[in-house]
Amino acid sequence: MKEIFSNSLFFGLTLSIGAFMLGTLVKKRWNFFLFNPLLISITITIATLLILDIEYSDYNEGAKYITYLLTPATVALAIPLYEQLMLLRRNLTAILLGIASGVICSAVSIFAMALMFGLDHTQYVTLLPKSITTAIGIGLSAELNGHVAITVAAIIFTGLVGNIAGGLMCRMLGISHPIAKGVAIGTASHVMGTSKAMEIGEIEGAMSSLSVAVAGCMTVGAAILFENWI
Amino acid sequence: MKYIGQFIIILAISLIGEILNAIIPLPIPASIYGMAILFTALCTGVIKLGQVKEAGKFLISIMPLMFIAPAVGLIDSWDIMKEFIVAIAAVVVLSTIAVVAVTGHATQLIMKLKGKEEKR
Repeated sequence: MKEIFSNSLFFGLTLSIGAFMLGTLVKKRWNFFLFNPLLISITITIATLLILDIEYSDYNEGAKYITYLLTPATVALAIPLYEQLMLLRRNLTAILLGIASGVICSAVSIFAMALMFGLDHTQYVTLLPKSITTAIGIGLSAELNGHVAITVAAIIFTGLVGNIAGGLMCRMLGISHPIAKGVAIGTASHVMGTSKAMEIGEIEGAMSSLSVAVAGCMTVGAAILFENWI
Repeated sequence: MKYIGQFIIILAISLIGEILNAIIPLPIPASIYGMAILFTALCTGVIKLGQVKEAGKFLISIMPLMFIAPAVGLIDSWDIMKEFIVAIAAVVVLSTIAVVAVTGHATQLIMKLKGKEEKR
């Protein structure tokens, strides 16, 4: 049985998508914020692999095919952005300065907490790219000589926080304007947060997409300024 | 056929993005180049919205599915991660909240100062 699952290309895809559908059903039935389809599907998938004792690489042999769609899907984020072009033009200064303040806040807060936890230089630079999209984060972490695998983990954790609690955080922190919500979620939690922002609203989603691209590029600059602080 | 044509445009732009990523020595991924190309093409009218809209919206709607496999991959990096897992968790949660707060309020404040705030 285990061999059949490990060797089948369809096992990984069926497991991931099936777990996601189950997560969507749970979320529909009980509207509690931790019942996030993404979180539920990741938990179910990890549990299944551990119980059946299947290697991640065997699972990913099939599951990777859907991951390949991430590049075209990110490219497609230009569509909602274009649909909000007027809004973007009118508020460009606020949006760009908002993203810049978030990028600086990210670096400063990571620096402060690295001091608090007594992290060494490598651990500190590993966490610096945590708010940006994985593809830029991997390159940046490698450039700074961080642990790339842990950077990826921190980026995914951050994205999960944004995907699960993006709307909740905005509400609790008093961020009510759709543009501000989108910019905040995108700058803090990249593409994973953006897919949540898309569900909140069209304006939120479009602003979040823009923020992912801009914050990613700005963070490359900020990280070079901040890397030698520890 | 309509959707196939739309997919081909998006895939071709992704390909151009990967070519740029390979030639330009900056840590900017193919997807960001691609997003900029598609956005520019839409703004200049080289590509019409109707030529990419449905396929694009479909890709965006299934996006969460694309994060499952990379996230499950965390089980392979658990051994190096557990050394400073408390720090990672604290940094991730606290700094994400801080970034949301600062970014959101900065954006709202500047919009208000410019007197252009719109109500939904």
